[in-house]
Amino acid sequence: MIRWLLWLLGGMLLGGIVHLATVLLLPRTATQDAYTRLSATAPANSVVPLPAPTPDDAVLPFMDPAFATAVCRYDLGPGPLKLRVPVSQAYTSVSFYTRAGVAYYAINDRAAGRRTIELDLMTTAQRAEVPEDEEITAADRLIVESPTPTGLILVRTFGPEPGLMPMAQRALAAARCGTQS
Amino acid sequence: MRLLIGFLFSFAVAAAFGLGLTQFALTRGTAFGAITIGAWTAWPKTGTADIDPYARAAIARSGELPIGSGDGVAFFASSDDTGRPLDGRCTVIIAGTTPAARFWTMTLYDLDGRLVANAADRYGFTSQEIARRADGNFEIVLAPRARPGNWLPTGGIDRYVMVLRLYDTPVGVATRTAKDAAMPAVTSGVCT
Repeated sequence: MIRWLLWLLGGMLLGGIVHLATVLLLPRTATQDAYTRLSATAPANSVVPLPAPTPDDAVLPFMDPAFATAVCRYDLGPGPLKLRVPVSQAYTSVSFYTRAGVAYYAINDRAAGRRTIELDLMTTAQRAEVPEDEEITAADRLIVESPTPTGLILVRTFGPEPGLMPMAQRALAAARCGTQS
Repeated sequence: MRLLIGFLFSFAVAAAFGLGLTQFALTRGTAFGAITIGAWTAWPKTGTADIDPYARAAIARSGELPIGSGDGVAFFASSDDTGRPLDGRCTVIIAGTTPAARFWTMTLYDLDGRLVANAADRYGFTSQEIARRADGNFEIVLAPRARPGNWLPTGGIDRYVMVLRLYDTPVGVATRTAKDAAMPAVTSGVCT
């Protein structure tokens, strides 16, 4: 009897390790994460508007239907990325996600403080290559460092009521992202 | 032979216990860094690079992109103030005020994060759409059939989740209690 209890205890301890290992490994093996879902429709390094969510069909779960959403699936392999988002009348935000869907940076129109949100996205290595003096002369250039070489940028504009959604979508259509030439 | 059976038994227990725990943690949601105010719970850290491993695994599994902390914060409610699960066949009243924010949106989802289907094609409200009382408080009625005032159709589904998203708000990682952020009351009423 005692022997079986010990085996049971050992099994539960091992189970704790299995639990921690699966939680930590799951993000690497997930096949339905946001990046994978968007890879099907969004080519790399360009802004693609996402269809408005409906009860039957949504690209991602828990999307806010009061927003027009566009995505830029980025790959910093060829070089740093330039993002340019004109601000809409209502509210505009830009959120950055790693390959695994971790939100590492987000900025809205008020925090940006101007009519156009302009950002340079680069990896830590690419940032180190930017000449020191250039960084100083371009003090108003906002540089964001991406923890992963690939990831997602979500550009969202607010439609305060259904009638204003076309306006939000139009504002979104002017957003651009691409590698510097 | 007995040793072998013992090992097999141990491994079976380990697999069942470990995987069961993971499944449980990822589907029920974990409490790390959660702010609970009345019926509402938010995980502000999930919108930052400091996200905990459980939330990281949960978003990888669901495909959700959590709202970034520089954008806003999302409060989820799946039961009323007394802990009764929200039922689409019942009347549920959301009344009161919301914390300071530039604006907010309120949306209904099923448990998988899909919008709740209904004949009116109305899935939520924004703070600029709703009618308020003279003192600035509001009342939203969730019910399967049309109601006067701020009515959100529940489509008569069994269970749903309300998500109240505050945008451009001081509410976040530093928020602790209802004193910092007054959330509206959630009350279940009659069921059909």
